[in-house]
Amino acid sequence: MNMPDFEYHAPETLMEACALMAELGKNAAVLAGGTDVLHKMKLGKLAPAHILSLKRLNSLRDIRHESGRGIVIGALVRHNEIYNSPLLQERFLSLPMAAHTMASNQICNLGTLGGNIVNGVPSADLPPILIALNSSIRLVSARGERSMALEDFFCGAAQTRIIPEEILADITIPEQFTTGSTYIKFGLRRSGALAVAGVAVSVEVEKNILRAARIVLASAAPTVMRARDAENFLCGKKISDELLAQAGAMAAAESRPRDSIRGSVEYRRNLVEVLTKRALRKAIDKGHV
Amino acid sequence: MAQIITDSNGVKRYLITIFVNGDSHTLLVKGNAILTNVLRDDLNLTGTKKGCELGDCGSCTVLLDGKPVDSCMVLAVEADGREITTIEGVAANGRLDEIQQSMLNHAAVQCGYCTPGMVLSAKALLTRNPHPSEREVREAIAGNLCRCTGYVHIVEAVLAASRGEITPADHEEGEPQ
Repeated sequence: MNMPDFEYHAPETLMEACALMAELGKNAAVLAGGTDVLHKMKLGKLAPAHILSLKRLNSLRDIRHESGRGIVIGALVRHNEIYNSPLLQERFLSLPMAAHTMASNQICNLGTLGGNIVNGVPSADLPPILIALNSSIRLVSARGERSMALEDFFCGAAQTRIIPEEILADITIPEQFTTGSTYIKFGLRRSGALAVAGVAVSVEVEKNILRAARIVLASAAPTVMRARDAENFLCGKKISDELLAQAGAMAAAESRPRDSIRGSVEYRRNLVEVLTKRALRKAIDKGHV
Repeated sequence: MAQIITDSNGVKRYLITIFVNGDSHTLLVKGNAILTNVLRDDLNLTGTKKGCELGDCGSCTVLLDGKPVDSCMVLAVEADGREITTIEGVAANGRLDEIQQSMLNHAAVQCGYCTPGMVLSAKALLTRNPHPSEREVREAIAGNLCRCTGYVHIVEAVLAASRGEITPADHEEGEPQ
């Protein structure tokens, strides 16, 4: 399979990488795990003049807890490193479990968290659970850095707010009061399949009352989206099966799925309804799973 | 950064050193060279197969620093300085690895195209987890597609290898000529 020619760069520091991106801008593609960029290049969907590899930026490879800030995950952390992280397994098992559903072992050993986010597709498996956990991202460039809520990062199918000279550095899951979270993905196969639809939730439960809930839908709109009507409806209510079923119906109503080879609009709406209900129940009963 | 050599046409090549099956190889590769092709064409290690070339089928699986990856999704220049195990590096001293022997015993090879990748995925699993459950075996090889659909025998073979159910007689019989 043909690979277009390009010039390869592997800067040693994040500052050096930023300086290169400032110079190359749109002519460069950032290479992290490669499972998306090389795939697109082989299919002729992408032919950058320059490839800027992040492979030497070891500062973006760790997962650490910073008191007062939360858990910071470097953009170059791979899916299997998320899956195997004792810190994440202990605090937010829902994220390792989502990483595990992502793709085959071979891809999970290559693909990175940063790539899954910057890619910007609505079927990505990590953004929904990260948004449910109120995560933020840090973008750096030669001109400085900025942080934003992950949910504000996506603005259309495969479109994000990153500008060509920026590099995604890390993702932060803040300290929080949530008592449970989970991501349920429905794919056409159990392995190696994109989500037909997926639902991530986080809940804050106190004595059988839902103090707060976040519901995030994958593959149910041009971007990953929050089901805010359903979230607002749940807030402060006493938990019951009927309540969760109603929230599912509301999430389905506000979802904006499209027809595609993986599923019709009607099918996806139905999935959103069922998965929302199930995800809420699972997070309420079992915690961060 | 790998040393860069520019030819008279301005084409840049990168001097990389990769450690394949215990041997160190220093090679000059173009930026767009894919690891699968470098292993097959430059090092003549054709046990690594090319299937979909898009990271779906797993026939190009190699172990990169001990972990299975699709070598079709790795630039050779990105593998600079790293350890690679291909299927040629699994058998030692003319003796098949237990997983290979077990696959022979269980008739887990049909057309054989997926087999190198299957063996490497199974090898990585048993190194990390010597006594996996059937589910764990199935998960570990989920990224290796067998178009003959002979999964049942493959799973049985890996489980048997993990239980050490390879008799010495089987070893003799299965030894390469």
